[in-house]
Amino acid sequence: MSTGLAKIPLSLTPLNRKEFVSDQEVRWCPGCGDYAVLAAFQSLMPQLGIARENTVIVSGIGCSSRFPYYVDTYGMHSIHGRAPAIATGVAIARPDLAVWVVTGDGDALSIGGNHLIHALRRNVNITIMLFNNRIYGLTKGQFSPTSEAGKVTKSSPAGSLDHPFNPVTLALGAEASFVARTIDSDRKHLTEVLTAAVNHRGASLVEIYQNCPIFNDGAFDGLKEVDSPAVIPLVHGQPITFAKGELGVVRGADGRLRVRATSDVAPSDLVVHDAHAKDATLAFELSQLTDTQTLSASPIGIFRDVDRSVFDDQTRKQVSMPLDRASELQKLITGRDTWTVL
Amino acid sequence: MTDVHSLDRVVIRFAGDSGDGMQLTGDRFTSDTATLGNDFATLPNFPAEIRAPQGTIAGVSSFQLHFSQGDVKTPGDQPDVLVAMNPASLKANIGDLKRGGLIVADRNEFNRRNLAKVGYAADPLSDGSLDAYQLHAIDLTAMTVAAVAPFGLGRKDASRAKNMFALGLLTWLYTRPAEHTLEFLDSKFAKRPEIRDSNKAAFLAGHAFGETTETFAVRFEVGAAVVPPGEYRQITGNKALALGLMAGAERAGLPLFLGAYPITPASDVLHELSLAKEHGVTTFQAEDEIAAAGAALGASYAGHLGVTTTSGPGMALKSETISLAVMLEQPLVVCDIQRAGPATGMPTKTEQADLFQALYGRHGEAPLPVLAAKSPADCFAIAIEGVRIALRYRTPVIILSDGYLANGAEPWLVPDLASIDRIDPAFATEPNGPDGTFLPYARDERLARPLAVPGTPGLEHRIGGIERADGTGAISYAPDNHDRMVRLRQAKVDGIAAEIPDLEVVDPSGEADVLVLGWGSTWGPIDAARRLAAKAGRPVATAHLRHLNPLPANTGEVLRAYKRVIIPEMNLGQLATVLRATYLVDVQSFSRVRGLPISPAELSEYLISVADEFARAAATAGKDAR
Repeated sequence: MSTGLAKIPLSLTPLNRKEFVSDQEVRWCPGCGDYAVLAAFQSLMPQLGIARENTVIVSGIGCSSRFPYYVDTYGMHSIHGRAPAIATGVAIARPDLAVWVVTGDGDALSIGGNHLIHALRRNVNITIMLFNNRIYGLTKGQFSPTSEAGKVTKSSPAGSLDHPFNPVTLALGAEASFVARTIDSDRKHLTEVLTAAVNHRGASLVEIYQNCPIFNDGAFDGLKEVDSPAVIPLVHGQPITFAKGELGVVRGADGRLRVRATSDVAPSDLVVHDAHAKDATLAFELSQLTDTQTLSASPIGIFRDVDRSVFDDQTRKQVSMPLDRASELQKLITGRDTWTVL
Repeated sequence: MTDVHSLDRVVIRFAGDSGDGMQLTGDRFTSDTATLGNDFATLPNFPAEIRAPQGTIAGVSSFQLHFSQGDVKTPGDQPDVLVAMNPASLKANIGDLKRGGLIVADRNEFNRRNLAKVGYAADPLSDGSLDAYQLHAIDLTAMTVAAVAPFGLGRKDASRAKNMFALGLLTWLYTRPAEHTLEFLDSKFAKRPEIRDSNKAAFLAGHAFGETTETFAVRFEVGAAVVPPGEYRQITGNKALALGLMAGAERAGLPLFLGAYPITPASDVLHELSLAKEHGVTTFQAEDEIAAAGAALGASYAGHLGVTTTSGPGMALKSETISLAVMLEQPLVVCDIQRAGPATGMPTKTEQADLFQALYGRHGEAPLPVLAAKSPADCFAIAIEGVRIALRYRTPVIILSDGYLANGAEPWLVPDLASIDRIDPAFATEPNGPDGTFLPYARDERLARPLAVPGTPGLEHRIGGIERADGTGAISYAPDNHDRMVRLRQAKVDGIAAEIPDLEVVDPSGEADVLVLGWGSTWGPIDAARRLAAKAGRPVATAHLRHLNPLPANTGEVLRAYKRVIIPEMNLGQLATVLRATYLVDVQSFSRVRGLPISPAELSEYLISVADEFARAAATAGKDAR
């Protein structure tokens, strides 16, 4: 299965990046990670080959949710947290549209948590870009549901008490069929992951670690060093190693995943990543390697990519429009139990 | 042979425990009444608990039916007949029964335990306390059990058919045809022959009991009502609303998309439309009320007719989405089947206290059209009107119904779909701006904006909740632009008044000093009260609003033409407040918030007292003049 872009008309002429740049001035802060994602997105779009008018971007509220204004396709900047619900309506109504959701950590995981999990469990054919900067930016710097515990912000001068969400774990818990994590600064990886996500049929969640230079600068610096020992790259079919191959993921005697020096284990002991496993257990276990407090470790890549029944496809399958709609409806209006008054 | 007396009108109330099947019994009697050509109105009244404690007042479920050879606008005030299946249902309903009315009670249930449960010290069937009524205490349970004995059911299952025994008896008493109920039982229990046969046997036994015993001295008939010729069916408000939404979508040539979350008393609209998938209807049961509205808005954006249905608490949750639809200027039909509130309130009881919420329950200046159905069948027409306004003016529309209309039934002259005007969604397909650009917030003569559906080449554009520049739709924080856009959105909604019918006054005598103005489901009670007052020699005028925002253009003129304007509402005077504020007319409120429709008898008494007050004042003024 998994052709997320099936049924979408192709562009009759080749498109270029510039055609996806709207006439609106981009108003993110200088140095914001959102610029990098926007640029990668606008470069990616022409490569998909689909007609420009058949892309819809729905966003919620927050810095990242300004995204649709800057892309010259159809788009709606909607309500805080509600973008997945609105996108569900768009996706059910129109199989010929590529539907993207742009959201942030506060938008998707706090005020919109319910809509996110339900869109994922239903497996609506939408692609969700979750910009995670671990802070509320638009409202000027309060802790978010992904902020580390103890974070001192304007609304948490004594340190926040909230335990942070791991968006990948949450999505896998909702049995999402496509879950990935990438970083704003790694354009190549970002583009690859987004391409895989949009081509996946069903709901795709891509968590994008995104730096907020104003309110949470450097939140991901540890992951951005060359060959950072904190980044655990996930590649389907490959043994999971990182830190220049010095560390690897193995399964311990108790059945749990462990990080070990590769020099201490046999190569055959290394866990081989299987993003296509029907069962989400391995993906879930890998998500648990994330240190949500300090990001001393974080798997990056596609955790899970499996096919399962797609809600909007199934919904449309149940619905049909009769050839003679008016006369069929007239029969329904009349009903079966009438009496005639002369 | 028992004598048959002709009656003009009868009100019957079937009452029993929630598990006694009273709603089904009432429904069947209504169907048989419909086929005889009587005019009728019904009032189902049931507890919110699915299985309330057995035998208690809280667990009483009732169904009232008013049928007549004249016209019927309400389910009636005082029943002429009460069928009481147990002591609780007698106790809960006896206060409403007309003096001299008929009681059919199941003697079997009037045992010490059941009597004690509802606080009867003595058995009312034998202590003389019901002497003012025609009491028929019959052992319905025993006779039902005996009648169904051949089908091998246990006593408990056997006795469950006693509602059919009661129905059979009433069918005989009111000379209804028996064959429809028998056919109904055949098809309903086709797969469970023992249940089918026992119910039929109980029904026939009840019928035979009436015929063969001499318990009833007379039986009654109610002739067919004089109504316009044509094909009729029975319809409830929720069914009519569902069909109206479908008809609106069909007339507009759009697929219908319903986003909904289960809530009483609106769920039946979701159920009805979920059965209509083969008519191009998509229903989406969302994770919550917010998502239901959001998905409907998304579908509307994608070119479907987006609809969301709910009741009061759900409206509160949807208000943010509705506000966005106001800002986007995107069509959306929102149906609020009102129930008694606030909070959970009384979910199965009716009220019309969401008017303020519909008119004002949003943040910012967020005007939108508000419509209200006046009767169960009118839910069909009001739905089409809602669709028309939403698409023509690019706006969310709120349609108000209520629990009484939702579940109440009446005869309906089946409309001809083809004769209903088509609705042109007029989606944009061409650029409308300079140099081939698209201006999503340019406006037509109605101040409506062009709608370009995603997938339309060359018209790619972005919309959103941030204030937009007039015309281009680009984000704008310019002070004058916001002021202009706020006023434009208001003017657009106000302008709808030019395309809605004037308020019509019913004043047959032409001599009324008093005008009774209503909205929503009070239409029936108000008209019935007007007739009662007229019969008592006090003519009053009536008028009814189906458009609550904007109000018909002549509303102020009508209000000012009467010495006294009375507004009956099932709230504390919400429309009255609006009219006072809008027209500076000193209208008077008549408020009842009991979870039940307004009583025509009570309202007519009030109207008579007001008319008499004017008469005395006129007489005094006459004396002074001399």
